[in-house]
Amino acid sequence: MSRLTQVREIVLMNLRSIPDRLAASLVIVVGIAGVVGVMVALLSMSSGLEQTLGGTGRDDQVVITRGGTQGELASFLAIGSATLIKQDPGIARGADGLPAASGETIVITEVPRPGQRSGANVSLRGIEPSGFALREGFRITAGRRFRPGVLELIVGKGAVEQFAGLEIGKTLRFRGASWTIVGHFESGGAYDSELWSDRETVQGAFARAGVSSVLAQLRSMDAFDGVKTRLTTDPQLDVDVRRQRDFFSGQSGNLTTIIGSLAGIVATIMAFGATFGALNTMYSAVSARTQEIGTLRALGFGALPVIASVMAEALLLSLAGGVLGAAIAYLLFNGYAVSTLGGSFTQIAFQFAVTPGLVALGVSLALLIGFVGGLAPAIRAARLPVTAALRGG
Amino acid sequence: MKYLGLIWAGLFRKKLRTTLTLLSLIAAFTLLGLLQAVNSLFSGAADFLGVNRLITQASTSFTQPLPMRLLPQIEAIPGVDSVNHSQFFGGQYQEGRNFFPQFVVNPQRLRRAYPEWVMPEDQWRAFISTQDGAIAGKNIAERNGWKVGDIIPLNSFIWTRTDGSRLWEWRLVGIFDGRDQEWSERANLMYLNFGQFDEGRVAAARGLAGVFVVRVKDPQQSEQIAATIDAKFENSSDETKTQSEQEFQLGFVRQLGDIGLIVNLITGAVFFSILFLTGVSMSQAVRERIPELAVLKCLGFTDHKVMWLVLAEAFALCALGALLGMLFASVVAGALPPDFPLRTDGFVWAVAGVSVLFLTLAVGLPPAMTARRLKIVDALAGRGAESAFERGLRAGLDALFRRRDAIEAEEAST
Repeated sequence: MSRLTQVREIVLMNLRSIPDRLAASLVIVVGIAGVVGVMVALLSMSSGLEQTLGGTGRDDQVVITRGGTQGELASFLAIGSATLIKQDPGIARGADGLPAASGETIVITEVPRPGQRSGANVSLRGIEPSGFALREGFRITAGRRFRPGVLELIVGKGAVEQFAGLEIGKTLRFRGASWTIVGHFESGGAYDSELWSDRETVQGAFARAGVSSVLAQLRSMDAFDGVKTRLTTDPQLDVDVRRQRDFFSGQSGNLTTIIGSLAGIVATIMAFGATFGALNTMYSAVSARTQEIGTLRALGFGALPVIASVMAEALLLSLAGGVLGAAIAYLLFNGYAVSTLGGSFTQIAFQFAVTPGLVALGVSLALLIGFVGGLAPAIRAARLPVTAALRGG
Repeated sequence: MKYLGLIWAGLFRKKLRTTLTLLSLIAAFTLLGLLQAVNSLFSGAADFLGVNRLITQASTSFTQPLPMRLLPQIEAIPGVDSVNHSQFFGGQYQEGRNFFPQFVVNPQRLRRAYPEWVMPEDQWRAFISTQDGAIAGKNIAERNGWKVGDIIPLNSFIWTRTDGSRLWEWRLVGIFDGRDQEWSERANLMYLNFGQFDEGRVAAARGLAGVFVVRVKDPQQSEQIAATIDAKFENSSDETKTQSEQEFQLGFVRQLGDIGLIVNLITGAVFFSILFLTGVSMSQAVRERIPELAVLKCLGFTDHKVMWLVLAEAFALCALGALLGMLFASVVAGALPPDFPLRTDGFVWAVAGVSVLFLTLAVGLPPAMTARRLKIVDALAGRGAESAFERGLRAGLDALFRRRDAIEAEEAST
């Protein structure tokens, strides 16, 4: 028999005997499924957040805020500045000849989560009519748009799911006045976590003289540098100019880093535990097979097929564990909707996203654990003295 | 107690297996300790706060500052002891690498509102009389190497000065500490004098106080006073929302999301894995020793005693692993930088204790029952029964395979 056939035969023979050691074998599967499941679930949280924020922006639109501010919340631009910004030649004009730009006012409001008394911070965004056209994905999913000059709101679909009392027809109290919810909308990304209304109505109700940011359509992709240079060097202005996509990607703050390191720490400690479990299983598998291994060696089989058979068992079981863990994470958490405090100190609603990349990462970790857990027992199996092994160790 | 040696010998009969199982248990309990410490940190975040303080904020959001003119109106409400105002300053110190919160307050009122902070009398006086004065908690002063008299520049991301810049300079006139250990650990913030702040900011923002910290005379009346305050400003453009300081702080934590749920889900997954692993290891250990257990019975050990021996062994294994894991978690938590004040406190140890008991019963009871039921004759002949767990597993699997075989047979026949 060639060496390859030897390896194949012994590996197959060994794998067929796994059901006899079922309980011990399941230790590897369950242990690794736990590690991979937890890691994939945690990381799917940050990938979901990144997808939401990354999906908000376009590269041919710019967000202009006060210089030195990270988010729109702390930003303030006087109306005069906003008008000046909109007149920049790099900014596109709409069919009506007016700049395709929307000066927007953000205020934070508190809306309770279901079953809680204390409120969560939700952005109320006052937009100009041109703001609708700037968001290509915008559509009303229920109800109608707000009317300018009346205390009316529309609510993003993420916010509707996450917070209480945002159904059409309900009212919200801000500064002694009642705002009626007249519609639900979908616009993609972070905007879906917001309440929208007419800008001038918001300014009036909240006594805000200026705007928080200006969102503008570039004439072309290349117009960005020109707009940025002109606006940032204009002595009448103190502004930051960012592409919309970059602006929103920056809004996740440290959150993805924190989740990433948390997942790393938890997965590392769990992986250690699972590795010891795998070692245990494989050592007992080897010890159960001592006589069999002794017989094989006496018949002239080499050390390599023996090592291969142990490693194959360890890797196959850990693969099963990895796939099981990733599958559980996918079934339980993919699409699970939550919201958390984003970089601009308001809530961002997002969904857990178990991506193929994360599954691959989880399965790789599983195989790594299986490899480490199988190696030492495999070497021990290959080194068993034949005579002692024949007698049963 | 006299069986301690026997239990120990049984446990380490197979050194490798017990050591590996123990290491898994240690890893599991390290994680359990750290995760529950996180849980304890967030759930107990506000436990230390007194019940005699209320926070009055704008009902729209606490980021909307309330005007100063509400202060005397709140102070006039019967049962209110004193009122302080507090505005989040949002300053960055040196590239913002080490963040600490700053609040703009009235120094005299701060002293009445927070008697928990202690500071030498002359420093309190200096804070009250210095317009651009600031006081810092002992911990941040130490971390940054500040001493009284230093000028501390803070770059506010919220507040602009009349000249358009956002860089504010504050003169450090005092360093405060907590009155006890708990408050001392929390001396991580800075208070700024309202004087320079209100004068320096743009005219449109002047006269805004932020939120009000209301100290009540009798904590029993807190709820009623909170309702009175909110009723007073109802339907005005400055509607308020008043809640206990504890509730206000918990609101912040809740905004992050359901941390407790995430932590408990992970703990659950860890616990399930370790349950399985230890269970298999224990039942293996007992099965191998069936003849020995029979010998014990021959020697006159009662069925009960043998059962307790096995249970004690399971307990010893779990408790030892838990103890080492928790100690390791405590060391790790203690070594974390002060920004992560994780502590394996009583709550965490209690969770670990309950877990050990549950784990012992779950992994020890089935093999202990097997050991108890053992018939001497069978056992001496090496005819040990499988554990209930293994029997169940095998039955389930057999059923699965039989069905598959049946389906295959059916397919073959058609």
